[in-house]
Amino acid sequence: MMAFRARRLEEAKRLSTSNLELLWWVFMRVSGVLLVFLVLGHLYTRAVLLNFHHDLTYDVVARNMSTVTWKFYNWLLLFLSILHGTNGLRYSIDDYLPSPRARVWVKVIVYTLVFLVTVFGTLSLWAWNYTPVR
Amino acid sequence: MQVTLKILRYNPEKDARPHWESYRLEAEPMDRVLDLLHQVKWEQDGTLAFRKSCGHGICGSDAMMINGVNRLACKTLVKDLGTDVITVEPIRGLPVEKDLVVDMEPFFDAYRAVKPWLINDQPPPERERLQSPEERAVFDEGTKCILCAACTTSCPVFWVNGTYLGPSAIVQAHRFIFDSRDRGAAERFPALGSTGGGWRCRTAYNCTEACPREIPVTQLIEEVKRAIMFGQM
Repeated sequence: MMAFRARRLEEAKRLSTSNLELLWWVFMRVSGVLLVFLVLGHLYTRAVLLNFHHDLTYDVVARNMSTVTWKFYNWLLLFLSILHGTNGLRYSIDDYLPSPRARVWVKVIVYTLVFLVTVFGTLSLWAWNYTPVR
Repeated sequence: MQVTLKILRYNPEKDARPHWESYRLEAEPMDRVLDLLHQVKWEQDGTLAFRKSCGHGICGSDAMMINGVNRLACKTLVKDLGTDVITVEPIRGLPVEKDLVVDMEPFFDAYRAVKPWLINDQPPPERERLQSPEERAVFDEGTKCILCAACTTSCPVFWVNGTYLGPSAIVQAHRFIFDSRDRGAAERFPALGSTGGGWRCRTAYNCTEACPREIPVTQLIEEVKRAIMFGQM
């Protein structure tokens, strides 16, 4: 009676019972709200607390980036926006690419790029260490 | 008044692809688009194929895309279109069999997948399963559905990816999930919670605009999502 039958492995996976899509759906909502406040907080500490024209120098930013708090804050921004954006891309690929083969290839390329961006972003964030030469 | 009716014709035995054909007709402002189609079929070209049954917006047979919008041909008046050039196409996302007739089987596959019938394993009471007017009101909107497929075939997600259940099937699921006499929600959740289910809805609202019965389709889909979320988490 399971009339909505699967014709390919990909479709069988779609029809399998799992809460994965529900969890992604919730994640999109939660991360979206979090990202708004993280970005606003970032703007506030940079452009409002500091005088944009005089205090926001390379020196200040570079020193901030060396603290664990800022590293974590920036990493959270990176991680959440990457996951949120990639899942959004996955939605669009599934919705607008009719050919299953094209879907697989586009996903392989997108996920590889996303992985590289995440790894390099994380590495450069945590490897950052600034001691002013003075 | 004179109108031009442009119909996207397709004969699988002769045509490689669908093509437009125009018909000049004498029409009254109060004529329905269905009347115009009949005029073409009866007086100009008897090979034109389209579905109709009751002709009064209840059977749901004659959903088609009229001037770019999914509507019932029997509920659309010439004067309401506000133009003397009327285009008629088959609804999208389902295989066209001939002219305006599409294969509805994928649509009904999705319909059956959500088990659109009362599921209750408890022994029936002596007389009937009682329900208060308030409990009945909760799923009232969904009962208005006539399965015409205007909503499902207006959905951009349904057009491309053939594995999406579509708005209509989710509305049908809503009608039973929110029925106080029904106990089959858990049986319906696998189909609704899969990648092809409710989570594929991107709230484009095309379905709500297309529904000839004025069902708030997108709102019902959101209510089903919430029901799955609170039922599963």
